[in-house]
Order: sequence, then C-alpha cells, then structure tokens
Amino acid sequence: MAGLKIMLAGQGSQLYFLARAFQAKGHLVTIVCKDAGECAWLSRRLKALVVCGDASLPRLLGEAGAAEMDVVLAATPRDADNLLICQSAAHQFGVKRTLALVNDPELEPVMRELGVDGGFSMTQVLSGLIERRVESAAVLNLIPLGQGEVNLTEVQLDTASPAAGRTLVELGLPEDSLIACVFRNGRPLVPRGGTELLAGDKLVVMTLPGNYARVLRLLTGERR
Amino acid sequence: MSPVRLGGDSRFVVVVGCGRLGSYIADTLSRQGHSVVVVDRHAAAFSELSGEFSGFFVEGDATEVAVLRQAKLDKADALIAATEDDAVNMLVAQVGSSHFKVKKVLARVFDRNREDLCSRLGIETVCPSDVVGDIFLSALTGPREGS
Repeated sequence: MAGLKIMLAGQGSQLYFLARAFQAKGHLVTIVCKDAGECAWLSRRLKALVVCGDASLPRLLGEAGAAEMDVVLAATPRDADNLLICQSAAHQFGVKRTLALVNDPELEPVMRELGVDGGFSMTQVLSGLIERRVESAAVLNLIPLGQGEVNLTEVQLDTASPAAGRTLVELGLPEDSLIACVFRNGRPLVPRGGTELLAGDKLVVMTLPGNYARVLRLLTGERR
Repeated sequence: MSPVRLGGDSRFVVVVGCGRLGSYIADTLSRQGHSVVVVDRHAAAFSELSGEFSGFFVEGDATEVAVLRQAKLDKADALIAATEDDAVNMLVAQVGSSHFKVKKVLARVFDRNREDLCSRLGIETVCPSDVVGDIFLSALTGPREGS
C-alpha cells in the first residue's frame, strides 16, 4: 500500500526516521512537533509538511489536516498525550487507523479497551518500521541502545533453529556480535565458546545494525 | 444503620494529583470520614495536606497502571483526576472507569476545547474556568437582574 496520508506526532530522531521510512515507501507524511527548532530541522531534511504545535490540542490537529489522514501515529514521549491524540483523531476527525506508542506495556491492552487499536511498544515500532525488519516469533524483544548503534535482542531457540545443538565456536557468529547470556530452564548462564546451545534456550544477543540480520539468520534460520 | 459502606456513607475515594485542588478534596473527604488515597508524582506535594488527613499516599506517575493498582483503584467507589495536566486526567479517568471499573469518575479539564472529546468518550469533566466564570458572572449580573 503506497500513497497513504500519514500524520506523525512526536519528537526526536525516532520521528525523523519514521518519517523518512514512510516517505521511502511512497507515503505522504505530515509531522506535528512541539519544538520549533526541531520543526525547522525536520522541514529542511524532509519533504514532509511540518506543523509546529501541540498535537493533543484538537484545533491544532484540525489545522494540520487530521480529517484527511489515513493514519495518525502518536509517538510523543508521554502515554497520556499519545492516547489523547489518537482519540481526538478518531472521534473528532474520523481517522480510521490510529497508532500510539506506549511506554507502559500494561497500557497496551488498556488502550485497546479504550478503542485505540494500535498501541505499540517502542521496541516493536523501532524494529518493525525504522529498521524495516519483518517481525518474527523467535525475536521476543529488541532494545536499541545509544542512538541505535547497538541492539540487544532476546531470541528464543526452538528445535528448528540451526543454532540448536551447536556450540558458539561452531556457530561462528560475525565479529562485533555477542551472545551475552543464555536463559536455560529459567536460569541465566554466561556462555563460553564451548557452550552448546539447546532448543528452548532464550538468548540475549548483542549486535550492531550491520550484522543484526546475519546473526538472527544464524540463530533462527529465518531470512530477514 | 448498615455497617457496610454500601448502605452507609463512608466511601473509598482515590484522588490523583495533590495540588491545591486535589489536597483540598482529599482533606475534606478525609475529615468527613471517608477513606482516601492520594496519588502524586512528587512526595513533596503531600505536604499540602492538612495534619488531620488520615488517608494514604502513593508516590508515582498515575499514567502508569501499576501505580493506580497500588492505590487500590480496583476497590475505589470514586476517582477524582485533579492533576494540572488535562491529558493525564483524561487518561487516568478512562483507565479508572474502563479498566478498574470505578463507578464514579471525575476529571478536571482546563481546556474547554477538549470538552467535546470528553463527552464523546464519556468522561465526566469539571472545567475550572467555566465553574469560576459562572460564579463571577452570576455575582456580576445577579443583583442587577431585571434592572
């Protein structure tokens, strides 16, 4: 699906990369951002329409063209604002799809109860949209550290995993990647080269953006 | 008189936000013999409460579900969202009625422009400027009415 009208409300580099990813896919992006300096920066770098202001105010949402949007994504740092933006977009401007970033994972199901169907935890959105990687059942969690230079990923091995039954040495992980910890039967162990990985192990894996895909393929066998 | 709260007057009320409004409501309810839990992000805010306040404090961000649970919101008869922040009050009110099934929920909402959305969402609101404005207007016009 290309050519969607997407509104992004929020701030920070995350917003910029989301906007860029959407534009690369041929969508029309409108950004609403509170910070005037950041708005200027964004409008220099993106072809998007950038509106400076508080998206949780219905009037500003209206001025930014909420009524014409196919999707509104609320990605401010505050859960309360994100809920409000989505509800305002849906109820006052008839936007069909609203997505909210949620910090408190417990709010995710609550938001669904409140009619905001797309509550996403930061990690899912970052992995799914910014990095544009396919979601996988084997990847339980992805935490970008620093400015996203390092990823911590939780990976569950099953019997189909090519890594199951092999030692770390046999696995031959690329440079600058590390299996930092293995949870086996609920107990953590720090693996060494001779440690054999087993189906059912939960691994905490450290990668860089450049080798993430290769490491995940070695561990789960899935292409991404 | 029935000793249980259903028939009696004593209620359990959770007040979110311990500013001037929240502390006033919490103090008054506590003095009237109700059970009160006050939630605020900053422990220092609880000094707003009078020495007679006999309820409980919970320090934490009320937009975090765990904090509301810690305040025993699931047991509350009523919830008053009285922080300085409309968005927080609206979220807390909705989580209170939809997730914790609190029967009586009130939210302070400063911005009149949000009232339309609140009524669509079924949030019962109190808008301070409307309330105070009406008092001013009636004080101005009341005695002279008809002249």
